[in-house]
Amino acid sequence: MSTQTPAKPRQGYRTWGPPLLLITPTIIVLGVFVYGLIGANLNTSFQDRHTRGPAEGYVGFENYTALFSDDTFIYSLRNLVLYTGTFLVGTLVLGFLWAWLLERGARGESLFRAVYLFPMAVSFIASGVVWRWLLNNAEGDRASGLNRLFESLGLGFLQNPWWTDQRFGIMAIALPAVWQLTGYVMALFLAGFRGIPEELREAGRIDGASEWQLYRHVLFPQLSPVALSATIIIGHMSLKVFDLIMAIAGQTNYTTQVPATQMWVEFTRGDYAKSAAIGTVLLLIVAVLIVPYLVATYRQERRR
Amino acid sequence: MRATPKKLVAVLATAGLLTLTAACGGDSGSGGGGGDSADVEVFTWWAEGSEKEGLDALVKVFEEQNPDFNFVNGAVAGGAGSDAKNVLASRLQTNDPPATFQAHAGAELTDYIEQGQIEGLSDMYEEKGWNELFPEGLLERLQQDGEIYSVPSNIHRANVVWANPAVLKDAGLDPEATYDTLDDWIAALKKVDAAGKIPLSVATDWTQVHLLETVLLADLGPEGYSGLWDGSTDWSGPEVSDALDDYATLMDLTNTDRQSLDWPDATQLVIDGDAAFNVMGDWAEAAFASQDKTLGTDYMAFPVPGTDGVFDFLADSFTMPVNGPNPDGTEAWLDTVASAEGQEAFNKAKGSIPANLEAKTDDFGDYQQTAIESWQNDEIVSSLAHGAAASVSWLTDVTAAVAKFGSDGDVASLQEGLSAAAEKNQS
Repeated sequence: MSTQTPAKPRQGYRTWGPPLLLITPTIIVLGVFVYGLIGANLNTSFQDRHTRGPAEGYVGFENYTALFSDDTFIYSLRNLVLYTGTFLVGTLVLGFLWAWLLERGARGESLFRAVYLFPMAVSFIASGVVWRWLLNNAEGDRASGLNRLFESLGLGFLQNPWWTDQRFGIMAIALPAVWQLTGYVMALFLAGFRGIPEELREAGRIDGASEWQLYRHVLFPQLSPVALSATIIIGHMSLKVFDLIMAIAGQTNYTTQVPATQMWVEFTRGDYAKSAAIGTVLLLIVAVLIVPYLVATYRQERRR
Repeated sequence: MRATPKKLVAVLATAGLLTLTAACGGDSGSGGGGGDSADVEVFTWWAEGSEKEGLDALVKVFEEQNPDFNFVNGAVAGGAGSDAKNVLASRLQTNDPPATFQAHAGAELTDYIEQGQIEGLSDMYEEKGWNELFPEGLLERLQQDGEIYSVPSNIHRANVVWANPAVLKDAGLDPEATYDTLDDWIAALKKVDAAGKIPLSVATDWTQVHLLETVLLADLGPEGYSGLWDGSTDWSGPEVSDALDDYATLMDLTNTDRQSLDWPDATQLVIDGDAAFNVMGDWAEAAFASQDKTLGTDYMAFPVPGTDGVFDFLADSFTMPVNGPNPDGTEAWLDTVASAEGQEAFNKAKGSIPANLEAKTDDFGDYQQTAIESWQNDEIVSSLAHGAAASVSWLTDVTAAVAKFGSDGDVASLQEGLSAAAEKNQS
């Protein structure tokens, strides 16, 4: 059958109907599998479900107060902060540096760009297996991986216990993470540099700006949204770190405890309430980082 | 026929919705297992190596004994069984149990029992005369509140020291020597240290728990050690402190890269002559055997000093889940597991020893023969690191305390952690 008169744009369900129909599956799936499950998780975290059996009742914030009076959990939060700091500073500084070098017209740009980006194609769990060997903490005769390299280069003093150090071991885990994601941050910055019109630089030069002043007052301000995006992306990845640690150190290793690995251990033993509480804390930490960013982006888009 | 873009969009959207609901509907319909009533799904984490070979041998016997039943392999690999346990937990919660599943015999079953997820088997033991097939000490250790919940398929011994005689000779020690006490042994370890080799090799956290368990057994004796699990031995008492001091001394004499290793790597250090001793369960025997090493010349095996005459046991076993899909099939499987033929085939391939006393073991290996003899004569205690002595939750807490000690070396806080774990988990 065919319609004789082409449908006129009309108010009513014809305008909002089809779009609504289109996004309904997404809304349902998101509603059930994201927000519904967040709700279920929150619910579990207020219960006394410490075994695999059903819960017996609600205990309010008891699971949370227990968490924050647990030294190991505090230690794992501290680890998370250290890790995130190292990961962020490492990727941002190196990523910017590489982007800057390429932007200055280093030779073989496309080659370097590919080389730096490639590690991102590897999953954390796969690179973790390799880094587990590279970061082996044996020293001296039995050293392997990086310690062996230092030894054979005559840099024996650089040998260190890597991730098994009690205070800063977690920072060694950031090393592979930085290696993997610096290329990505570089690509972000490179895109940022390329997005700045040549005219702006020329105008700056004509006004007599030195090279440093040009960067300081013309280029950096233009790059700050990129830097913010990179911070958010790397930051939230870093807060969820799990696979890398599982691959390198395993779930029980003390020096690399972070909330996500603890959550897994508690889940595996059947302490669902505690596991859910850790999950909620983790969600809140990520939300603290993400929500202001989303709000800011939303406002910016409305202004346009 | 002409369709306006809007109509097209609507059709596409509806189609999308339909596939979505169809997908959801399909998901809840299929529930694994089920199916043919002749299917017997056996859930294990034996997916590779000697464990897989053992399972295959057992399945062969099962199929010979029960041509009417159809074995379905429900093995989940990975994480030394922890992945399998997570999968199993969710299946049991959604009332979709396999016909039978593997679990370490003993306290590891506590969670399943408390949740009413597995059937008591004492009547079956009585009816089939299994009480005479297995040694009394084992039956005692399988019981929880007077009821037995699983059928053991194999026995391993945890308190074994593996040694490299060549390294010992180089360090000026008698390779044939056995040590009566931990102190004697520590003196020997220090000599090896002076000779520049690793005295005692150890690997990641669970192998440290394994080592700690044998040290506790040596210093507290079998009775004191067993008392740790029923509350009659005080975790914060001076005896435990002394044992933990010994443990700390031993840990000082181990390799520094332990966190990067798993047990085969630690055992390999002994095989390769980099380390003098390694404490590991007798599944390590397979590592020596597969590299053509001979017991008595290339390597030595003896009980951990101070634990002679004690058999620190762990066992795999099979259960009967409540509301299983095929109770007759489950019973047939348990029959095969308990039978002498099943145990012979399985254990010969896996390198463990049969729990069944009637199994013929004449053609088992040299080491297995000595283990069989000890199994029949020694006092039996339950292993901590392998789920026989304490519940999963308790073991998790102990492992956390031991892992922390591995990095900070603080004996007092180790003891605190261990007694807190006992307090929290002792029922």
